[in-house]
Amino acid sequence: MDQLKTETTKKGHYGEFGGQYIPETLMNELTKIEKTYDELKDDADFRNELHTLLRDYANRPSLLYYAKNMTEDLGGAQIYLKREDLNHTGAHKINNVLGQALLAKHMGKTRFIAETGAGQHGVATATVAALMGMECEIFMGKKDTERQKLNVYRMELLGAKVHAVTTGSMVLKDAVNATLQEWAGRVDDTFYVMGSAVGPYPFPKLVHDFQSVISKETKKQLQAQKQTLPDMVVACVGGGSNAIGSFADFIDDPSVKLVGVEAAGKGVDTDQTAATIERGSTGIFHGMKSLFLQDKDGQIDQVYSISAGLDYPGVGPEHASLAAKGRAQYVGITDDEAVDAFEYIAQQEGIVAAIESCHAVAYVRKIAPTMSKDKIIVCTLSGRGDKDVASIAKYRGVEIDD
Amino acid sequence: MTNLSDVFTNHKALIPFVIADDPDFDGTVANVVALANAGADIVELGIPFSDPVADGPVIQAGDLRAFKQAVTPAKIFDIVAEIRKQTQVPLVFLTYINIPFKYGYEAFCKKCQELGVSGLVVPDLPYESRDEIVPIAEKYDVDIIPLITPTSADRIPKIAKAATGFIYMVSSLGVTGTRESFANDLSEVIQSIRANTDVPVAVGFGIHTPDQAREMAQLADGAIVGSAMVKLVEEYGREAPEKLADYAKTLRNAIDSPVEVR
Repeated sequence: MDQLKTETTKKGHYGEFGGQYIPETLMNELTKIEKTYDELKDDADFRNELHTLLRDYANRPSLLYYAKNMTEDLGGAQIYLKREDLNHTGAHKINNVLGQALLAKHMGKTRFIAETGAGQHGVATATVAALMGMECEIFMGKKDTERQKLNVYRMELLGAKVHAVTTGSMVLKDAVNATLQEWAGRVDDTFYVMGSAVGPYPFPKLVHDFQSVISKETKKQLQAQKQTLPDMVVACVGGGSNAIGSFADFIDDPSVKLVGVEAAGKGVDTDQTAATIERGSTGIFHGMKSLFLQDKDGQIDQVYSISAGLDYPGVGPEHASLAAKGRAQYVGITDDEAVDAFEYIAQQEGIVAAIESCHAVAYVRKIAPTMSKDKIIVCTLSGRGDKDVASIAKYRGVEIDD
Repeated sequence: MTNLSDVFTNHKALIPFVIADDPDFDGTVANVVALANAGADIVELGIPFSDPVADGPVIQAGDLRAFKQAVTPAKIFDIVAEIRKQTQVPLVFLTYINIPFKYGYEAFCKKCQELGVSGLVVPDLPYESRDEIVPIAEKYDVDIIPLITPTSADRIPKIAKAATGFIYMVSSLGVTGTRESFANDLSEVIQSIRANTDVPVAVGFGIHTPDQAREMAQLADGAIVGSAMVKLVEEYGREAPEKLADYAKTLRNAIDSPVEVR
């Protein structure tokens, strides 16, 4: 059993992964964040404050919904959907932002900066900044500002300044670079609200802890509805925040199979992919040792996925470790399969889910029919798909005047 | 431990930086040789990385020029071998940790030793992660040059005590690139370093005028000039060596002349 537990062999490490690889300018700040979090995480007032915000502001607990139509149509395992799409701001991102924002407030910070891919984390950060009266600047790859225009406007509406990042491949990776650079230039009053389970320690831990509310609720809800554990938990993985949150409370339950679904883009075996765990190798980037898509010299690849939220060349160190230990399995889903699933779940269940989440749905469509009817799959719908409607229409050759 | 520290004995050091394979193979060799002949004490050679988070726009643009030349670590080692036929100026590499990690720390450090590269400056390798390369680097006489910044504060003693070669003191927050002013409390940072080590200190980030170079070299033991050098390579390409030499001589004179009394 012991080897199944979340390893923290060396502080800040997950097996051979994790650690801190970041410019010296930011090291004292990381230490302050770590110390403040250690003091606060078991503090009753802090926990109450966070719990109240999650319940009254973010609309938690999110529903665990039995997808009867999908279950009957696929004819195998029973499918439950963990509805993070029903959270305020429309995705799981708010769980983590509320946690980090409270932490920042306790540290006396007055300004948030954040990266965003699809825009969901940027929207969540801008939202909480508005709520708490903080300044907010969001960094987003220029390519992503174009494919997620609606979210750019939402962030601006919420009072945030959005910077279109024009370096590199102009997607999520480049947005992280730009946010790290901004932070290194102005650290005193500024908190980097990290959106995914990536970066230098303690960020992967913060994101793990604040997103673990997903699996804690799932466990209770399924216990109440079915008096059992799920047989499988499925979630999409870019950096891996909703997946680590969906897995967290089940990691020590060996009977629960954990499946992370990566964006295979045009195919895992093509060079237009973002399937980091399947295709990547160990490297050090964005503050962490983990798996990355990179060339033989260690230059980070420009990756590809239809989904701006999964279009990332790395993955959180805890996922790399779970994969190495065989505790979680990671599979790839192509653009085509994800778009099919986007339409499928809309028509079967009347749910327009984020294209990111539809990678997980696509895998459920494949695996559920192979499982018996007494088995239970929980699939996390990490976000809602309104933001994707225009680009999916375009993918299908329908022009919408947006 | 190398003899890098000796460069600073009774002498303020000038440490220019250029990017390997910018503008190209022969151009890099010529740039380094020109800088050495113009009085550089150490030349810092940048190994481009796809995502240089500590670098500003000038060095990022230089990295992109090098990538257009299909730069690789292997090619850079060939460049250094060529440089070594013409000058024995002390050399250090500046690169991000993923490059030596992927090459293999052991193989990378061994190659450095063979070519007489005395140190590595790795902006994304903080004190906490040094242990993964330092024991290997020591084996091959390569110094891992630590960085100390205006935000290091209570971290300075442990970083300074572990330092070998020289300490790269970062003049200000943010990324590389020319600046008009530096952090206010640099002399306090220096004092704190001096209280903990005899290893020399060179200041970098933002230095581009002769006055700044003199001021920083007086404050510490040397001045590192990066973006301003790379900017000359950007402007003059294959004609850069002469311009770099003129500029280095100007800086050299400024550093060597007595402090102005104002």
